[in-house]
Amino acid sequence: MNAASADAIPAQRFDWIPPALLLAIVLGAFAMIGTPSTWVTLTVAGLAMGLLIFIMASGLTLVFGLMDVMNFAHGLFIAIGAYVAASTVKFFSAAAGADSFLANLGAVVPAILAAALVAGLLGWFFERVIIKPVYGQHLKQILITTGGMIVAEQLIHVFWGPDLLPLARPATLRGSFLIGDIAIEKFRLIAVVVGLAVFIAMLLLLNRTKIGLLIRAGVENKEMVEAMGYRIRRLFVGVFVAGSALAGLGGALWGMYQESVTVHIGANMMVLIFIVIIIGGLGSIGGCFAGALLVGLVANYVGYLSPKIALGSNILLMVMVLLWRPQGLYPVSKQ
Amino acid sequence: MMARLLSGDLPRSRALTAALVAILAGLALAPFLFPGTRPLDVAAKVCVFVLLVASYDLLLGYTGIVSFAHTMFFGIGGYGVAIALSRMEVGWGSIALGAAAAVALSLVLSFLIGLFSLRVKAIFFAMITLAVASFFAILASQLSNITGGEDGITFKVPELLRPAYRLLDEPFLGTIVGGRFITYYIVFGASLALFLALLRVVNSPFGRVLLAIRENDFRAEALGYRTVIYRTIANCLGAVVATLAGVLYALWLRYTGPNTTLDFAIMIDILLMVVIGGMGTMYGAVIGAAIFVVAQNYLQEAMKAFSGLAKGMPLLPDLFHPDRWLLWLGVLFVLSVYYFPHGIVGQLRARKKQ
Amino acid sequence: MADALLTLAGVHTHIGHYHILQGVDLAVPRGELTMLLGRNGAGKTTTLRTILGLWRASAGSIRFEAEDIAQCDTPAIANLGFAYVPESMGIFASLTVRENLVLAARSGPLDEARLEWIFRFFPPMKKFWQLPAGLLSGGQKQMLSISRAIVEPRKLVLIDEPTKGLAPAIIQNLIEAFAELKKSDTTILMVEQNFHAAKSLGDSVAVMDAGRIVHAGRMADLAADAALQARLLGLSLEAHQ
Repeated sequence: MNAASADAIPAQRFDWIPPALLLAIVLGAFAMIGTPSTWVTLTVAGLAMGLLIFIMASGLTLVFGLMDVMNFAHGLFIAIGAYVAASTVKFFSAAAGADSFLANLGAVVPAILAAALVAGLLGWFFERVIIKPVYGQHLKQILITTGGMIVAEQLIHVFWGPDLLPLARPATLRGSFLIGDIAIEKFRLIAVVVGLAVFIAMLLLLNRTKIGLLIRAGVENKEMVEAMGYRIRRLFVGVFVAGSALAGLGGALWGMYQESVTVHIGANMMVLIFIVIIIGGLGSIGGCFAGALLVGLVANYVGYLSPKIALGSNILLMVMVLLWRPQGLYPVSKQ
Repeated sequence: MMARLLSGDLPRSRALTAALVAILAGLALAPFLFPGTRPLDVAAKVCVFVLLVASYDLLLGYTGIVSFAHTMFFGIGGYGVAIALSRMEVGWGSIALGAAAAVALSLVLSFLIGLFSLRVKAIFFAMITLAVASFFAILASQLSNITGGEDGITFKVPELLRPAYRLLDEPFLGTIVGGRFITYYIVFGASLALFLALLRVVNSPFGRVLLAIRENDFRAEALGYRTVIYRTIANCLGAVVATLAGVLYALWLRYTGPNTTLDFAIMIDILLMVVIGGMGTMYGAVIGAAIFVVAQNYLQEAMKAFSGLAKGMPLLPDLFHPDRWLLWLGVLFVLSVYYFPHGIVGQLRARKKQ
Repeated sequence: MADALLTLAGVHTHIGHYHILQGVDLAVPRGELTMLLGRNGAGKTTTLRTILGLWRASAGSIRFEAEDIAQCDTPAIANLGFAYVPESMGIFASLTVRENLVLAARSGPLDEARLEWIFRFFPPMKKFWQLPAGLLSGGQKQMLSISRAIVEPRKLVLIDEPTKGLAPAIIQNLIEAFAELKKSDTTILMVEQNFHAAKSLGDSVAVMDAGRIVHAGRMADLAADAALQARLLGLSLEAHQ
């Protein structure tokens, strides 16, 4: 190392390629779709779906990054969130049916909070009872969490019945805003707002608090954090619970997005979530965000442009991203 | 001689031997012991799933790989035969061609999957197989011209195998010796032969290296074994046997569709069978498949009875509702992973030492 | 010679099937810099990690200020007043230099005087203050790792091969920093393969071979005895000068 390189400060700090890629896709889609109104509708739908997936996936990637635990039962927290939300909205059906936005919030907000709360509690139970005994044993983790998922799905049937549950959006959140001849679904806008809020809150937590510092350091090198005197294992439960609560929140919103809830709502999401966290880089919140937007946008654009390949397009997307960056869009440096 | 046949992998427990003999006898003599279409159906399904689960045990129990793509290979086998028999002339040649094509496709796919993701962590591999399997399921339902979409493909089989065919005009020992009879014994015979072949593989030097890799892949690598190669071979072998199981199943059902082969529920069932039966034992597949398939068909009646008894009580009727049998199997599965890693077979063998 | 701050007695450590430490007896005098020397594979790093609780000792006792810490977990041991500079440096690449130090200063906010000290010896720390530590060069990462260990007063600092893979100019920089650090009454246990650095910094010395301590005494005595050096350290002496 010579004096010159010792003094030089590298210019590049932030990797702009993935956001540039997203922008390119959005613009490219416009070129291919042509009509501005359709393009706007699809873009909003893509962003909404992407952000909802982000909410659901962020917990999983952080848990994996920090605790080295892959929870194949993560979809169960999504499902529980959706079911709890459905029951809560039904409970507050008067408020949900009313014609005022504030009244509707009186149904939606409790639904979302209840979903997050129940999912979080379940997450606490799950971590302490099912996952803690198998820290570090990946094979057993995969098996046990898959088993936990089976049992939980069956229990959902026991408590809620095997049928599809409808989850109607509250009155004022149905329909779309019309700007010229561009239709933007109201609920999608809500999803975008909530999703962005969650992302910003996470960024603030991770970057401006000591806990966030510990989490970021722990994802890189747990051992060193302990050698510096911090009991990072105490954080594990907290992060797992937060991840489960977020999954529940995402499930509640996703249920409202789909307007119906089935037992497999979580399991169906899991493939997409895995794709997102693999694309983003396991353990990376920024990557998860970029990956989720990518998946959401691509799913909606391709769904319009070429419906036949739409369902498989995300997997193709994953393969392409992995060929380009095998560790994901924003890989976490691990020691 | 028995030892040679079983490649030296004896049951090592009287209780286990008894169970295995009972199952083998039951399957070998099924058309005679259990008259009627349904029991024979169950028996054939047991044969197929013993093979399918044993091929999965090769991956999970012996090599330590969790793959969610096994049903994909099962489906490839089924679809291979189905497409061949529905598009080409109905004959043994078509069956052979369909099966060969399916096996070739499975080999290529499993090789690619293995090479790509077996270098990486187990968790990554599991997720990738999940994605690939779901992609394949989507393909199968979308390319309905070729695969019949959600409805699947119903096809004709060669005359010898058709239900109406009669080999003997008179019933033999109470059973009609006809198309179903012949098909059953083809399924049974092939499953038995392939199972014994798998036993041979896991008890060979190759199998021992697999076990070494499962225990400690760093050490195996240090000892000079290219673990990626071994894992890939195991992956391919498991995939090929699963494909053949799919061929047999299709021949029995005279139908292939997403719900009989590609459904994720089937993947879950395989996991349940291999873990409850006993990972890394091969015999666990026999026990697990037998218990599971029989329970799937007959336990529900028992549960319905219990549920009826418990009527009026708060949760019990729902917990024991016949549709909830999977709940109890799931609980058994989770308990097995924690406390009985070698499943029922392990427990039976351990008991012998006491 | 000062009394022992840290004493290992009959410490064995097994990693998997391997029996790495086979009865280590070591006394680290208070307020001095003790050098732990020996060939590759002798068990030096394992000794440090066992002291810190990163590997659990399978037998023996580790006494720190009269308390047996052999069965304590790593955060507890660290909080007794340890600092650790691992061989791999252990810096958090995605955190900034500032954040790395903030994390290391677990008792409270960063002390200005200490920071001044760090900036004086390691100017790149100031230069790269707000930049991710992953952008630092190898030598700069080592500076950061050491800075983290001293950003607050510690009773015992464990340092594993700080000069490994670094250019002579940087090594000299580090030696000066360590020399200055010694003045502050901190006890240091350092693993080193570079005998020149060891000679200039060590007060006491212990030599390890095959999981045991085979020699312990004053560095001055070892430095003066060329025959002893050749016998104990053999090839490693030439390889790392």
